[in-house]
Amino acid sequence: MTREISCADAGMEALIEEMQRDEKIFHLSTDAPPPLVQRFGEARVRGTPIAEGALTGMGIGAAGSGFRPIIDWRMVTFSFVAMDQVVNQASKIHYMFGGQTKFPILYRATVGGGVRMAAQHSQSPYSMFMNLAGLKMILPSTPYDTKGLLKTAIRDDNPVISFESTRLLTLKGEVPEEEYTIPLGVADVKREGSDVTIVALAWLVHEALAAAETLDKEGISAEVIDPRTLVPMDAETIRASARKTGRVVVADEAGPTCGASAEISALITEDPATFKCLKAAVRRVCALQVPIPYSPTLEDAVFPDRNKIAAAARAVMAER
Amino acid sequence: MRHRRFSAYPDAAVSNGIVAGGISIITGAGLAAQLEGKGRVAVSFFGDGASCAGPFHESLNIAAAWKLPMIYVCENNLWAVNTSAERALAVQDVAARAGGYGIPGVIVDGNDIFAVHEAATKAVARARAGEGPTLIECKTYRHRRHTERPTQPDIRPQEEIDAWMKKDPIDRLVAHLKGQQGQLSEEEWKAMDDEILDKVEAAVAFAKASPFPAPERATDDVFAA
Repeated sequence: MTREISCADAGMEALIEEMQRDEKIFHLSTDAPPPLVQRFGEARVRGTPIAEGALTGMGIGAAGSGFRPIIDWRMVTFSFVAMDQVVNQASKIHYMFGGQTKFPILYRATVGGGVRMAAQHSQSPYSMFMNLAGLKMILPSTPYDTKGLLKTAIRDDNPVISFESTRLLTLKGEVPEEEYTIPLGVADVKREGSDVTIVALAWLVHEALAAAETLDKEGISAEVIDPRTLVPMDAETIRASARKTGRVVVADEAGPTCGASAEISALITEDPATFKCLKAAVRRVCALQVPIPYSPTLEDAVFPDRNKIAAAARAVMAER
Repeated sequence: MRHRRFSAYPDAAVSNGIVAGGISIITGAGLAAQLEGKGRVAVSFFGDGASCAGPFHESLNIAAAWKLPMIYVCENNLWAVNTSAERALAVQDVAARAGGYGIPGVIVDGNDIFAVHEAATKAVARARAGEGPTLIECKTYRHRRHTERPTQPDIRPQEEIDAWMKKDPIDRLVAHLKGQQGQLSEEEWKAMDDEILDKVEAAVAFAKASPFPAPERATDDVFAA
C-alpha cells in the first residue's frame, strides 16, 4: 500500500519508526518536534538552548558512549556555528581513534533557497562538508527517498548529514506504508533517456524532469540522474549514463565554485572510458556565485531552473 | 568516576587539539550517562585557556539546565601557551563562572591530592544524586612548556616556575606519607618510583620498537564498516 505524503512527513515517519525500533536513539534540536515529544517524551526528545556547537559535540560524546543521537540543526545556517565540532571532531574522531569506537550520529539541516528567506537562510553549502573526509551525506529529492535514506542514515555507524531541500518539504509523493530502506551511495535514474544526461540535485531533479518534458517535445531524449547521496557518490551510475548519451548537464542549486557540480563533472571527465564517449563539454547549471539575495526578482535570477537546464541541454546537443 | 571509554584505554576518553571542543563532547557522554541511568558520571578536564571559549559556557549551561551527571575540572595552570591567565581572564577564579549557571564552583589546591579527592568525591555524589554538575577549579601550574617542541618559546618567569616546582603534588604526597608512621618507607617509595619509571621506559621502548603502519593503511578507518 502506498499513499501520498510530503517530504517533511516522510522524514518524520523515518524518525518515529527508527526511534520505536531502537531506544538508543535520542533527538536534540533547538525546537523539539511535537510528534516526537508526544511519542517518546522529553528525556529522549529535547528542546535545547541555542547552542549548536555544544549540541553537535554532545552528539559525538553520546555516540561514543553507545547512543545514536539525532541532532537537527534545523537550517544549515546554524551548522556553521558548530563547524569546529563538525570539521575538527565529528569527521575525524573515528580515524583518530584508529577505528576503536563507532560514532553513529545523524545531523539534519534544511538547505536551498526559493522561499524568500535571504542570504543566510538560503544556502546550499554541502560541498564544504563533502570536502571533509569521514562524513557521509544524503540529499534526497522525493518523499520516498527522504524516508528510505534517513532510515539508512540513522542505522549507519558513521556521522551522516542529511541535507533536505526547504523548497521540497511540502512536496508530496508516494511512500509505501511497508518498511523499506534505501542504501547510501546508490544514484537513482529518475527518467531514462538517450541523447543527454542531466545530473540534478534535490529541487533541481524536479526542474530537470520538467526540462526533459520540454526537450522531449523538441525531439531530445534526456536522462535525469539523481545522485541522492553526495558521500559516497555513485560515480558508476553517473558515468554509465554519460557513456550512453555522450552529453552531460549538471544542475545544482549551489554556486559552481568547488561545488558538488564540479565534483560530478570531474568524476565524469577524469574517467578515461567515460571521457572517450563524450561528444560535448560537460556543462554546469548552477546558482550565480553570490550570496542569495532577498528580493524575489534577484533571487529568481540567481537560481537555475527548468529553462536554464533546457537551454544547457540544447547547447550540449548543438555542440559539433 | 569512570565513564564509557572511547578507546582501548580505560578512562582516557578524548584528548583534543582544540582545547574547548572536548568539553562539549564529554558533556554528550554526561547526557548518555543520564539517559542510561546507571550511575555513571562524566568528567571533563580542561584548562584556564579553554574556560574562555564558547563550548565551556554552552556546555555548562546545558549541563546545569538538564542536571547532567557531569564534573567539569578546570586545571588552572595560569598559562595558555604563552598567554597568562592574568591577561586573559576577566575574573581570575574560573570557579566564579559557575555562579552564572547556578552550580557549585569549588576552588581547590590542585597540587594537594587529598583536597582534589575530597572535592571530586562530593561532586560525584552530587552528580549521582541527580543534582547536576559541579565545576572544580584546581589551582596548579604547568610544569613544562606548552609542547615538547624545542623551538617553542617559554616566556614564563623563572622565579614563578621555581616557586611552583617546590609545590610538586607528587613530592608533597610522598613527604606526607613518609611523615605518617608506617605509611611509606624510603625503600618502599624508591621501589614504587623505580617500578613506575620502568613501566614508562618499557612503554617508550615498546613504541620505538613497534613497526610503523604500512602506507596502504592510510585509508583505513575513515569510515566505520
